[in-house]
Amino acid sequence: MPSGPNASGSLIDRFGGVYLLPLAMMIVALPLVGSFSSWATLTVAGLAMGMMIFMMASGLSLVFGLMDVLNFGHSAFITFGAFIAASVLAALAAWVQADSLVLNFLALSAAIGAAALFGLVAGWFFERVIVKPVYRDHLRQILVTMGALIIAEQLILVIWGGAPLSVPRPALLSGSIILGDVAVEVYRIFAFFLGLIVFVALYLMLNRTRVGLLIRAGVENREMVEALGFRIDRIFIAVFMAGSTLAAMGGAMWAGYQGLISPTLGGELLVLVFIVVIIGGLGSIEGSLLGALMVGLMGNYVAFIFPKLALASNMLLMLIILLWRPWGLKPAVGG
Amino acid sequence: MANTELVSEPVADPARTGRMIVYGIVALIGLALLFAPFLFQDVRSSQVAARICVFIVLVASFDLLIGYTGIVSFAHTMFFGLGAYGTAIALKNMGAGWDAILVGGGAGVLAAAVLAALIGVLSLRVKAIFFAMVTLAAASVMLVLASQLSGITNGEDGLIYQVPELFKPAMKLMTDADGKVLKIFGVAMNGKIAAYYFVFFFSAFLFWLLMRIVRSPLGTVLEAIRENEMRAEAIGYRVVAYRTTVFVIAAIIAACAGILWAVWLRYTGPDTTLSFSIMIDILLMVVIGGMGTMLGAVIGVVLMSMAQFYLKDLMEIASSATSGIPVVPHLLEPDRWLLWLGLLFILLVYFFPAGIAGTLMKKGTH
Amino acid sequence: MSEHILRLDDVHTDIGQYHVLHGISLNVPEGGVYVLLGRNGAGKTTTLRTIMGLWRAHRGAVVFRHHDITRLHTSDIARLGIAYVPENMGIFGGLTVEENMRLASAGGRFDDNRLQRIFTLFPAMEKFWTKPAWSLSGGQKQMLAISRAIIEPRELILIDEPTKGLAPAIIRAMIDAFREIAAETTILLVEQNFLFASSLGAHVSVIDDGRIAHSGAMAELTQDKDLQTRLLSLSLDAHQ
Repeated sequence: MPSGPNASGSLIDRFGGVYLLPLAMMIVALPLVGSFSSWATLTVAGLAMGMMIFMMASGLSLVFGLMDVLNFGHSAFITFGAFIAASVLAALAAWVQADSLVLNFLALSAAIGAAALFGLVAGWFFERVIVKPVYRDHLRQILVTMGALIIAEQLILVIWGGAPLSVPRPALLSGSIILGDVAVEVYRIFAFFLGLIVFVALYLMLNRTRVGLLIRAGVENREMVEALGFRIDRIFIAVFMAGSTLAAMGGAMWAGYQGLISPTLGGELLVLVFIVVIIGGLGSIEGSLLGALMVGLMGNYVAFIFPKLALASNMLLMLIILLWRPWGLKPAVGG
Repeated sequence: MANTELVSEPVADPARTGRMIVYGIVALIGLALLFAPFLFQDVRSSQVAARICVFIVLVASFDLLIGYTGIVSFAHTMFFGLGAYGTAIALKNMGAGWDAILVGGGAGVLAAAVLAALIGVLSLRVKAIFFAMVTLAAASVMLVLASQLSGITNGEDGLIYQVPELFKPAMKLMTDADGKVLKIFGVAMNGKIAAYYFVFFFSAFLFWLLMRIVRSPLGTVLEAIRENEMRAEAIGYRVVAYRTTVFVIAAIIAACAGILWAVWLRYTGPDTTLSFSIMIDILLMVVIGGMGTMLGAVIGVVLMSMAQFYLKDLMEIASSATSGIPVVPHLLEPDRWLLWLGLLFILLVYFFPAGIAGTLMKKGTH
Repeated sequence: MSEHILRLDDVHTDIGQYHVLHGISLNVPEGGVYVLLGRNGAGKTTTLRTIMGLWRAHRGAVVFRHHDITRLHTSDIARLGIAYVPENMGIFGGLTVEENMRLASAGGRFDDNRLQRIFTLFPAMEKFWTKPAWSLSGGQKQMLAISRAIIEPRELILIDEPTKGLAPAIIRAMIDAFREIAAETTILLVEQNFLFASSLGAHVSVIDDGRIAHSGAMAELTQDKDLQTRLLSLSLDAHQ
């Protein structure tokens, strides 16, 4: 079994170790951005974006960690989630625009709920039909999920067409809160806290329940979990469905965040999701959160300072972290 | 095929028959490509023939990776693009000379090799499956860079440039008594012919090189690694070093294919070299043809190129025929051909993972 | 005629393209320690993994009591009351000692009596109860792996080279622990350390090149030096 790098117990580690990295990024970015209000806006945007990417990445990371399944079709859940949420919001336009918090909230819940429901069902189908026949065969897994991704993208084109779709944002979540001279978009705060709730729920599930214990054990050593009398494939399908549900929800949130979505969105986000999973380390949601926040912050700061290098900067971030810690910042084993 | 009348004779080995069929098909394709300018005289056909030549090299070099080492890279278009862009940028800035192709193409190949070595050393030592993700990330960054560094690459529009005199349509390779361009079997011996044969012979050379590589001791080691990584490691092969070497070789050859493509098209842009749909094409071609066979690349490329043209025509007909039914015509629109190809692809991976060439060649050996 | 708890009938197992077991037949009687000896690569680990269903026999049968378990899923084999301690110990490093043990106990609840017995056998388990398992020493990890196997009553425990890489003092302590465990269950022990094996085992089989080269009482093998040199020259040289 590979064992990850263990904490060395230095001063930095005592105060949070790698968890300080996003904080360090914020501090470094402040003088580079120049103005405090811009920096604050970018930081909030980065954290919100990070949380949405975390929702998309956490499932992929667990699925990967548990069964060594690398699912390229994951981005299809994101795209479908975004488009389904957009369609639901468009259908409930009256509620969305209404000046009632209750109706606003209902419309938003319906949109995210529909995306989540799709993720759940599609996840089950995907796991049973696409992934299951090729367990433990990486090459064919990548090829088959790639094929499924092609089909899913084409289906999106068939259903919604290729033109960008605008997403109505509920009145509840539009506008900004002004704090001093910093304007903070309400939607970003919402996205941040929804992501945080998802993280806390996942964390508690993994660390306080027996199923969570099984998942963590399975990520480390699948065979041993079976030798203790558990069916890992049954745990896996549950994790897979949870992962696709979270991805679809993340996509739904992303749709509202962007306001305008196109069918290529999933593919573009998948690159970020992969970077997050690699940076964070496989099979750990703490790692996914850490990676997602770093990617979100990096993307927003660099987009402000060097607009053209946003994506390249995250690639660079990944390369540096791979050089420093080949297993990622917070792999499931050894942390 | 075994002759039923000669039961007492040893039955012909079906695997050998299969191999002969594959060799036959490949030889036929080779001949067709060699005489393509004479066999298919319209512009579109010569375009298809040149594309097939370049893609055979590109897909075969990808097969060296996926088929002979079992690692999946999504950065193959990145290397292809580096060769093409290097050539294009040099031709644009240095003028339409051979020196520009040499310098630009050389720089592109060098960049591809260095980048491949870097990615290989960095990510192959961790976990083979990381590699797919890292290469995907690298490729998308390259795509973004190409479309955003418009000062050098002219962004989304791409670069249009001149090629050496020899390849220009106005060039007369051979003249008849009147000083006009000579025609052989009705085909004008102009620069276009020179360009085609430049592409053809270079592609043939690169493909031959790849065949040599997989039949060399290196190829044997690679297959040992693919069959059993741990055992190969135990025997003492340094798996990471070998994989990185192969990745670098594949990248260099892909970049060379990029040079040919840039010279032939006289245009280089993100859509002709770096786009993700080309990567998907390569993947489909290598799987359909048969991974780990090299010859499968030839069959896969030809089949996919044909399908790209004729499947679309067929779907056009089907789509208009079903126009009365609600959703069906949308599914059958020519633009949706990837949908059906995707489905075919999945079925192929499930049921014929060896692809066409692999299935034919292995038939009966198991 | 003694009651056999486990029977292997002409078991053949392939790993990938390699034929590893060429017809292993074993009769493991109920109770005590049954030792499998043999050189590296002889097929001892493969035999254990085949019993556990982690690798599949393509010929022959594995019979546990009256169940044919040859084709059963690993988890179902485990639920019949067979525990497995692999060579790499199979510890979940990211989990605490307690969590490792909790996974192995039915319904996640501990039987206090058994737990106390384990703490007496291996005091380190109590001491490091809430520590992550990766922080344990090699010997402590082995103790955890064995504790995990005995936290529930098992019919049969398969243990793969528990002394590998351990200091002699720890091995001596391990012998006592194994004697106590073997009083209530059957242990099928793969071992290269002949001293350790011979002080525990009542029965022994020697595997060579995927076949059983010898089966009999351990006492017979310990007394017959000629037999030892013939069967085990390598491992005896290394350990005496």
